[in-house]
Amino acid sequence: MPSDVKIDVRGLNVWLGDNHVLKNIEVGLKPNAVTAVMGPSGCGKTTFIRAINRLNELIEGSRTTGEIYIDGENIYSKETNIYELRRRVGMVFQKINPFPKSIFDNVAFGPRIHGVESEEELQKIVERSLREAALWDEVYDRLKDSALDLSGGQQQRLCIARALAVNPEIILLDEPCSALDPAATAKIEALMRKLAEKYTVIIVTHNMQQAARVSDFTVFLYLGELVEYGSTKSVFENPKSELTEKYITGEFG
Amino acid sequence: MMVTRKSSRKRSVVRKVKGGILYSLCLIGIIIGLVSLAILLYDAFADGLPWLDFQFLISFPSRFPEQAGILAALFGSIWVVGLTAIISFPLGVGTALYLEEYAPQNRLTSFIQLNIANLAGVPSIVYGILGLGLFVEALALGRSVLAGALTMTLLILPVIIIASQEAIRSVPRAYREGAYALGATRWQVTRGIVLPQAFPGMLTGTILALSRAIGEAAPMIAIAALVYVRFVPTGPLDRFTVMPIQIFNWVSLPQPEFRGLAAAGILVLLAVLLGMNSIAIFIRNRYQKRAR
Amino acid sequence: MHTFGARKRARHVREWIIEKLLFASAIVSVFTTLAILGVLLFEAMDFFNQVSILEFFTETRWTPLFKPQHFGILPLVWDTILVTIIALIVAVPVGLGSAIFLSEYAPDRLRRIVKPVLEILAGVPTVVYGYFALTFVTPFLQNFFPEMIVFNALSAGLVMGVMIIPMVSSLSEDAMLAVPQSFREGAYALGAHKHEVVLRIVVPSALSGIVASFILAISRAIGETMIVSIAAGSTPKLTINPLESIQTMTGYITQISLGEAPFGSLEYRTIFSVGLTLFIMVLVVNLIGQWVARRYWKRY
Repeated sequence: MPSDVKIDVRGLNVWLGDNHVLKNIEVGLKPNAVTAVMGPSGCGKTTFIRAINRLNELIEGSRTTGEIYIDGENIYSKETNIYELRRRVGMVFQKINPFPKSIFDNVAFGPRIHGVESEEELQKIVERSLREAALWDEVYDRLKDSALDLSGGQQQRLCIARALAVNPEIILLDEPCSALDPAATAKIEALMRKLAEKYTVIIVTHNMQQAARVSDFTVFLYLGELVEYGSTKSVFENPKSELTEKYITGEFG
Repeated sequence: MMVTRKSSRKRSVVRKVKGGILYSLCLIGIIIGLVSLAILLYDAFADGLPWLDFQFLISFPSRFPEQAGILAALFGSIWVVGLTAIISFPLGVGTALYLEEYAPQNRLTSFIQLNIANLAGVPSIVYGILGLGLFVEALALGRSVLAGALTMTLLILPVIIIASQEAIRSVPRAYREGAYALGATRWQVTRGIVLPQAFPGMLTGTILALSRAIGEAAPMIAIAALVYVRFVPTGPLDRFTVMPIQIFNWVSLPQPEFRGLAAAGILVLLAVLLGMNSIAIFIRNRYQKRAR
Repeated sequence: MHTFGARKRARHVREWIIEKLLFASAIVSVFTTLAILGVLLFEAMDFFNQVSILEFFTETRWTPLFKPQHFGILPLVWDTILVTIIALIVAVPVGLGSAIFLSEYAPDRLRRIVKPVLEILAGVPTVVYGYFALTFVTPFLQNFFPEMIVFNALSAGLVMGVMIIPMVSSLSEDAMLAVPQSFREGAYALGAHKHEVVLRIVVPSALSGIVASFILAISRAIGETMIVSIAAGSTPKLTINPLESIQTMTGYITQISLGEAPFGSLEYRTIFSVGLTLFIMVLVVNLIGQWVARRYWKRY
């Protein structure tokens, strides 16, 4: 396996109940880059990234076969510590979901459950994470305020900070801007490009312009199958598959 | 990388153990609840079944346990609950209709709504005291079936009102608007559209409230007082007793045979409750099928 | 045109009458509250003409039916609190545990069966619970506590606790189910274990409803009558020993109601003074409950 692959997906199949959502996905995602996962509604994009942090298992009636190797280790093996996995693979959701707690407690939640108890250390972690998420300057003087007092865009950046607080290597974002206005969206897109310098960023989006702006690589899914993968430039300008071309030119989706 | 360091593996084990403890505690909790219910019912059946026969159902209480029966209390209960139903249903439904269809959004309406919610939390014995002071004494109805029924009405009225309000709220706006658009008056819409749709829900709520009423001893003790009743009421102004009071009386007697009688009385009471609840659930199911 | 006008007026009159009738039934509920207050205060005032308020609240003996008569309500109030505490010791952990189990652990199919069965506990008449306390629980406990008297606070309290389990479990469960799944997913995605999600996210978010269920259970326990009348005894006393016979406020009211004290006598009036105290106590608990619920309410 080439050493420049961070996430190696082999033969991934996912069933949600009777529905065969993902069919034999095989792809290698690169580190320190932004990879966009695209496709029409219902093609399995969300299920795909949820397979990377094994969050599909929360759904009653889900079944997964195949392997996903992160840095050479199969995360679906029996020895895998699923909680450690989820610490190292962070997720930001489409439905913005800060906890009904203070800003500070939201970011500190992850470190706390993973064993950090000293208030001093938590303060440091919270500040670092909020700075990395480009939110510190807006909230540093009201960390004890409720997270729900923030605007939508701020709440989503808070969720990013929350994910960053546990020192992940990979960050999954599921249509993070779909509920946000263009200004807030632009902030988050800039943030993603910056995060890619340090992390592996995977973003689900159905906004093609966003994918073109933000991502280095693109995965195109259609009806649960991987249709195309490559650098964003080549996928958009020179798609290998006809389906991809049709999607990009807007014939469907 | 996913294989963790020793210290965090130990932490992982500690966390897993904590998770197991929580699950076990919750499981124990729910088992305690279910087991208590089972023991309760088994106890009542074991004690009561030997004493439950036809003769029990048609006899009056007596000093001799073999001759004692629940007839007076059974009929007393039927009288009280019957009268209560007749009085409380129109009152409860009327209040609910007013609050949902007619009342303006002002302080008085909120006050009425809040008041009803508070009344639902008043202990039933306080209603008994109310009935004693108001119906038995002040209105000079004496310790009669009517005083009992009026007291019971006030007790279950909040329950009926709240259930009826919910039934009314579940009628879709679209129906009302269609009727108004045809020029119907408020009462025509209420009577012709809302009431028929909400009726099964109201009925179910009322039957459930009445089934609570039939098991209530405390307010009836305050009203009826007399516990050794050897007659069946023939009119609303007669004295009476109800099944819970009779059971209470038998339990309080020292001889062990009377415990058996009390248990038999409990079985009759539970049977009546089961019947009433089944009717209520049957109505609710039939209504839900039609709505689809 | 003429018929239109006449019918319109008749219709207006009819509508007006109906609206007033419906309003009248709504007023019945207001009237009920006024009547409760009226009856209690009116008769209690007569009582307090003969018994000083000071004695009522500070005397530590309650013996209206014996000579010499004492009218201190403290024993009744304390015994009520004692039984309530015992009931809560049962109902709160069991109810909360059941709620967490049903809302977070149980698969949907199991929940649909178990939840209504637990509700049956709420539908059993309290006389049946009283019977159970006296004829089963007391003899059973006497195996462990031979010094326990037939009428005692412990049996009554334990059985009362069982009775109010569904109150705590149902409301707490509803509160927890109302917590959006997205919160749980956010916590799982950070690597939390299930119990961490439950204890650190779900329960705190649902706290308002959970606390409300506790308060409801308390006020129900305070006002409960039959279990204590049958199984707890008729001797009010200031004791912390639950194995002794005691009497709660509600137990006393039952006793005096059955005794057929003559209308208008001082003994008869105690029904209303004790009743008033009971009513105020429940009212205060409910108000505290509303305040606490508002304070813990988390919006989302």
